[in-house]
Amino acid sequence: MTTTVSTTRGGVGDSALRPDGTLKVTGEFAFSSDLYADDMLWGATLRSPHPRALIRSVDIGAALALPGVYAVLTADDVPGERRYGLEVVDQPVLAGRSVRYQGEPVAIVAADHPETARRAVARITVDYEVLAPVTDPEAALAPGAPQVHEDADDDPRAGHSEPGPDQPLGTGNLTRHVPVRRGDPAATAPVVVAGRYEIGMQDQAFLGVESGLAVPAEDGGVDLYIATQWLHVDQKQVAACLGLPADKVRLTLAGVGGAFGAREDLSMQVHASMLALRTGRPVKMVYSREESFFGHVHRHPAVLHYEHGADTDGTLVYVRARIVLDGGAYTSSTPAVVANAATLGVGPYTVPNVAIDAYGVYTNNPPCGAMRGFGAVQACFAYESQMDALAAALGMDPVELRARNALTTGGLMPTGQLVEGPAPVAELLRRVRDLPPAPAGADFLPGGVANTTRGEGVVRGVGYAIGIKNVCFSEGFDDYSTARVRLEVINGRAVALVHTAAAEVGQGLVTVQQQIARTELGVDQVTVATADTRVGSAGSSSASRQTYMTGGAVRAACRLVADRVYARAGVPEGRLRDGAVLDASGAVVASLADVVGDDPIEQTTEYRHRPTSPLDPETGQGDAHVQYAFAAHRATVDVDVELGLVKVVEIATAQDVGKAVNPQAVVGQIQGGTAQGIGLALMEEIQVVDGLVRNPSFTDYLIPTILDMPPTRVDVLELADPHSPYGLRGVGEPPTISSTPAVVAAIRAATGRPLPRVPVRPEHIVG
Amino acid sequence: MDFHAPGTLADALAVKAAHPDALPIAGGTDVMVDLNFDRRRPPALIDLTRVGELRAFGADGAHLRIGAGVPYRQIIDQLAARAPGLALAARTIGSPQIRNRGTLGGNLGSASPAGDAHPPLLAAGAVVELASVRGTRTVPAAEFFTGPKRSVLAADELVTAVLLPVAPGPQQFAKVGTRTAMVIAVCSFAVALDPVARTVGTGIGSAGPTPLRATAAHDLPLPWDTAGPLDDDLVRRFGELVAAAARPIDDVRGTAAYRRHALGVLARRTLTWAWDDYRKGRA
Ligand SMILES: Cc1cc2nc3c(=O)[nH]c(=O)nc-3n(C[C@H](O)[C@H](O)[C@H](O)COP(=O)(O)OP(=O)(O)OC[C@H]3O[C@@H](n4cnc5c(N)ncnc54)[C@H](O)[C@@H]3O)c2cc1C
Repeated sequence: MTTTVSTTRGGVGDSALRPDGTLKVTGEFAFSSDLYADDMLWGATLRSPHPRALIRSVDIGAALALPGVYAVLTADDVPGERRYGLEVVDQPVLAGRSVRYQGEPVAIVAADHPETARRAVARITVDYEVLAPVTDPEAALAPGAPQVHEDADDDPRAGHSEPGPDQPLGTGNLTRHVPVRRGDPAATAPVVVAGRYEIGMQDQAFLGVESGLAVPAEDGGVDLYIATQWLHVDQKQVAACLGLPADKVRLTLAGVGGAFGAREDLSMQVHASMLALRTGRPVKMVYSREESFFGHVHRHPAVLHYEHGADTDGTLVYVRARIVLDGGAYTSSTPAVVANAATLGVGPYTVPNVAIDAYGVYTNNPPCGAMRGFGAVQACFAYESQMDALAAALGMDPVELRARNALTTGGLMPTGQLVEGPAPVAELLRRVRDLPPAPAGADFLPGGVANTTRGEGVVRGVGYAIGIKNVCFSEGFDDYSTARVRLEVINGRAVALVHTAAAEVGQGLVTVQQQIARTELGVDQVTVATADTRVGSAGSSSASRQTYMTGGAVRAACRLVADRVYARAGVPEGRLRDGAVLDASGAVVASLADVVGDDPIEQTTEYRHRPTSPLDPETGQGDAHVQYAFAAHRATVDVDVELGLVKVVEIATAQDVGKAVNPQAVVGQIQGGTAQGIGLALMEEIQVVDGLVRNPSFTDYLIPTILDMPPTRVDVLELADPHSPYGLRGVGEPPTISSTPAVVAAIRAATGRPLPRVPVRPEHIVG
Repeated sequence: MDFHAPGTLADALAVKAAHPDALPIAGGTDVMVDLNFDRRRPPALIDLTRVGELRAFGADGAHLRIGAGVPYRQIIDQLAARAPGLALAARTIGSPQIRNRGTLGGNLGSASPAGDAHPPLLAAGAVVELASVRGTRTVPAAEFFTGPKRSVLAADELVTAVLLPVAPGPQQFAKVGTRTAMVIAVCSFAVALDPVARTVGTGIGSAGPTPLRATAAHDLPLPWDTAGPLDDDLVRRFGELVAAAARPIDDVRGTAAYRRHALGVLARRTLTWAWDDYRKGRA
C-alpha cells in the first residue's frame, strides 16, 4: 500500500484552489462559444426533420444565392472518409442517401453573420421520401425487422475507441451482444423475484453548447479550437474525414462547459473544418440550446428483465437478466456501454450462477452513447430494485440482505475476474445506514413555494442503494496517457510546466496536475499548459479515468525529471522538497534552482494501467476491467402521495476513493454526481415519440435546481488501491449510479408503489 | 427592427396605433425568448418600461389597481396583503431574475394557458383594463382569453392595468410542477372566498386552452353563518366540481388524467386552508 504524505502546500491530498476557479466564478473564463478570430465566418447546419427518410435531392441554389453566404456543402463535398465513429465507423459526416434520426446533419453553410447562415439553411430544399421509423428496440431485434442501416454505402468498420478492433461487430440492427455466463445458468432457488425495469433517455445537459473555431492553415491543414473530451480521437476522425494526415489537423482544447460523455463523439468538428478549408476563412460554429439536444448522444434508454433466486437466508443463488439498450441510429460507444451493463449487471454482489445477456440495438431514435455511469446506471436501477424486492419477499432488512451478499476483496465477478484491492461494499452500506436519521422536519415540504401542501398527504420514506463501476478503459484496449513535464528556473525560482492533451471538462484535472507536480518536484509554482495535440494522447476524460491515467502520466514524467535532477546533483537516492534537493537522510544538499540552472530539464512519458483482456464472446469471461469503484447512498424523501410530488430531504453517501487527491474536488464530484442521479430518478428525460424529440429545451427537459438538491452528508473512505497512482480510485461516476435507485427505493417505501421506471413522474405515484 | 421607446402612456398608445404590428416589450421574459429562438420577427418593438403610468399601483375606488408594468417582485413585496392570491402565484413564477423583470401585463399579453398570474385573477373576479387611442375599456379576466396565446387585445391596444376587487376574504393559490422551482405549471388552482357575496371564486390554470373557472362551484353552500368546519362531503364535492371544469390534455408535462386528479386535490386543500382563515377571521 502506497501512502503519500503531502508536505508541499497545494500538493496531493490538499484541497488546492483551481487555477480556473476565479475566472469561472467572475464570468471571465473563455468557453469555446466565446472563441473569436478576425475575419471569421459563422457556420450553421441543416438537420433532418425526419427520423427516417431517403434523400431524393438537395437543392442549395437559393442558399448560395443569398448575399453573405460563402459556402454551402453537402455529403458530396466531404473531402475524405464520409463517415466517422468512436468504436464503429458508421455515422455520416453529412447524410448522403438517407437520414436515420431526427436532427441528422444534411448540409452546412458558412456566412458572414450567424443570422445569414441560419437564413441560408432555411433556403436549402431537401426532397425526402419519408419512411416509417424503427423505434422499438425489441421489435428491431426481431427477425425480418426493417434494417436501420440497410441503405448504407458501406459496412461499418471498427473505430479508434474501446473496446477496440478485436471485438466482433454486430449484424443487422444488433450493434453488440454481450453474454455473461457463470456457474449453472439454469440454477433454481427457493425464493425468486422477477421484474421488468425501464430507464428513460437522460441527457448530459451540459451548459456549454457544442462550439468551436476552425482556422485554415498555410500548410493546407486546419487548426481547430474545440471543447471536447479526447483531443486525439477527434484528431484521428477529423483528419480521416478531411482526407488529411493527422499532423495537418491540430487541435487545441477550448474552454469546456461540461461534458459528462456528450463530447466523446464528434459534433461540429468536421463541419467547421470543411467550411474553413473551403472558404479559406476561420469558421466558428455554436449550436443553439435546442440544436444541442440533437447535436450529441444521450444516455441509452433501457428495458431490463431480471430474475433473482435466493436461499431462504437471503444468500443469492442466481441472477438471470436480459438487458436491451437502445443505441439509436449510430453506434457511438454502444458496444462498451453494453459490455458494462453485462459485466456489472449483478451489481457489487457475489453470485455463483449468472446468465446475463445485454444487447445494443440500432433504431431511428436519437443516437445514444457515453454518459456518466455508462451502462452501469441502467443495470444498477434494475439490480437494486430487485434487491429490495427480494428483501421484501424474504422479510429481510434491505441493507442486511445486501451486506450478506456483498462483494469482498478476493471475490469473483460474474466474468471470473478476481476483485483485487479494497471492496468495502458492506462497509459503505453500513456507514450510510448507521448515520443518524435525517432531521424530522425538512426545510420545506414537497412543492415548496408552490404551496401544494401543509403536510396533507406527506409520507416519509428511506431507501438504500449501492453501485459498482469500472474505472478506465476495459476489454484489452491499449489505454494510456502522455505527459510532458519541464522544470526550469524563472526569476531565480524553480518552476514546473506540465503539458498534456487531457481535457479539463470542469472536473478539476488541471488542479490535480498541478498538485502532483508540486508533490513530486517540491515546487510551488506549476503551470499547466493548454491541452493540445502537440503532445501525445491522454485518452478520454471519461470512465472516471483521468486522475488515474493523466495523473499517473504526470507523476511518471515528474519522476523522470527528478531522476535527472538527482543525477545532476550527484545524490543517488534523493528527494525534492520545498525547492531543495535532499539526500537519502533528508539533509538539504542543494537548492533546486541551482541544480537546474539555465538548463531546463524536460521529460515526456506514457503511462499505462495494467493490461486487461477481452471478454470471451460466448461466456463473457475475462479480466476485462482495471479497477472497481463503489458508492452507497441512503435517500430520505418526503412524498406527497396524493399529488405524487417528491422532495428529497437528505442524501447520505459513502464512497471509497482510494486516495482523495483533492478532497474538496472529490466532494464536489460526489455531490454533482448525486444531483445527476436525482435528476434521472425524478425528472430528467428526453421524451421521444415515433423517433421525434418532444422536449428539446430546458423549458421541458428539467434538471434539478438548487432547491431540488438536498443537504448531502458525504463520507469519503480512502482505502488505497494497490495498482493505481497514490492508491487513488476513480471518483466521478459512482455517485451517479447508486443515487437513482436509492431515491426510488425511498419513494417506494413511502408509497408502496412498484415504480419500475425512471424518471418517476407524479402520475406514476398517484397511480 | 425598429425600436420605439415612448415615455408616456399617450405616446405609447400613439405609437401602437401608428404601428399595429409593433410588438410591445415590458420585462422581455417572453419576448426575448421568442426573438432568440427565432419564433417571432416583429418589424418593431415598443419598449414599455419607460411608461411611468404602467408601473403605478394603488387603491382605485372599490378596486386595487395594478399597472400592467408592475413586476412580480413588487407584487410579492408590496401587495401580498391586498392581493394575496396573486402574490402567492407571483412567488411561484420562474426565478428571482424572472420575478424582477416579468410583469403582470406581460403574462396577460402572452396569454399562455400556463400563465400563473391568470387563475388568481379569475378567482378574484378581476377586470383587465385595455387602452388605445380610441379609448379605454375593461374586460373581465375570465373573458380576456380566447384561446392558447390568444386574447381580446386589439392590434392597437395595450393592457394598462388589472383591477382587483379589494380582497373581501381569504384567497389561496397552489401550483403543481415537476420540480421545486423554475417550472411551468402542470396545473394550478386559485380560490377566492367572498364572504359578502357568499361565493367561491375559482381559477384553473394549465388545464385547458385558456384559464378556466369552475362556475358550478361558485355557489357552493359553505356554512358562512356558523363558520363551522367544512364537512368532508362538501370539500370532496368542491374537488369534483373543479376537476370536472378542467379541460386538460396529455402533453410532455403531464397527462390529462393526472391534471384532473391533481386539480381535485389542490381544490380540496386550498378551500380548506381558505376556510380555516375565514374561520379564524370570524373568531
Ligand atoms: C426562465 C423563465 C421562467 C418563467 N417562469 C414562468 C412561470 O413560472 N410562470 C409564468 O406564468 N410565466 C413564466 N415565464 C414567462 C414570463 O416570465 C411571464 O409570462 C411574464 O409575466 C412575462 O412578462 P414580461 O413583462 O417579461 O413580458 P414580455 O416578454 O415583455 O411580453 C410578453 C408579451 O406580452 C406583451 N405585452 C407586454 N406588456 C404588454 C402590455 N402592457 N400591453 C399589451 N401587451 C403587452 C408583449 O408584446 C408580449 O407579447 C417564465 C419565463 C422565463 C424566461
